[in-house]
Amino acid sequence: MNKSDLIEVVSERVKNLTRREVEVIIDTIFDKMTGALSGGERIEIRGFGSFEVRVREPRQGRNPKTGAQVYVNTRKVPFFKVGKELRERVNNGAGAA
Amino acid sequence: MTEEAGTMTKAEIVESVYEKLGFSKKESADIVEMVFDTMKETLEKGQKIKISGFGNFVVRHKRPRIGRNPQTGQEIEISERKVLTFRPSQILKMALNK
Repeated sequence: MNKSDLIEVVSERVKNLTRREVEVIIDTIFDKMTGALSGGERIEIRGFGSFEVRVREPRQGRNPKTGAQVYVNTRKVPFFKVGKELRERVNNGAGAA
Repeated sequence: MTEEAGTMTKAEIVESVYEKLGFSKKESADIVEMVFDTMKETLEKGQKIKISGFGNFVVRHKRPRIGRNPQTGQEIEISERKVLTFRPSQILKMALNK
């Protein structure tokens, strides 16, 4: 499922909104979440999960192709931890994965 | 390492939808709920979700393996299970390091 599919499904379920309105809402949700993480905030969505920013220490790396040593700066990476409800639903769900 | 910038909750996301679209608070809350519910139902079915610009949520199948209780050293079988992983998009990763 990609974002258009998600917009499609939500539009079908919420009859009084246009597809375009649902699109704006879904974009707003993910923009807001991206903004929070960029500002170093955590995000907690009950029943779904939480997102946080983790800091990766700088390290001496290597270009795997050339073998040249490169210095990898400290960087921030998003980290998602699945919430209890969703973890259980995914694990018990019918999907083959 | 923790950041000291606080935690965003669903309430703030609802607030931003409310400000942007001008539906009632109740409607805004319901639709945000509906978006996450739809995502949960999809993942429950084992399907992945790709949100361009944000990242992919992928259900992965873990085979059973032998683990060990680190306290007692006792071996135990960790049963087969499905787990959800999030792979952030390049765009999100770049946004964090601007």
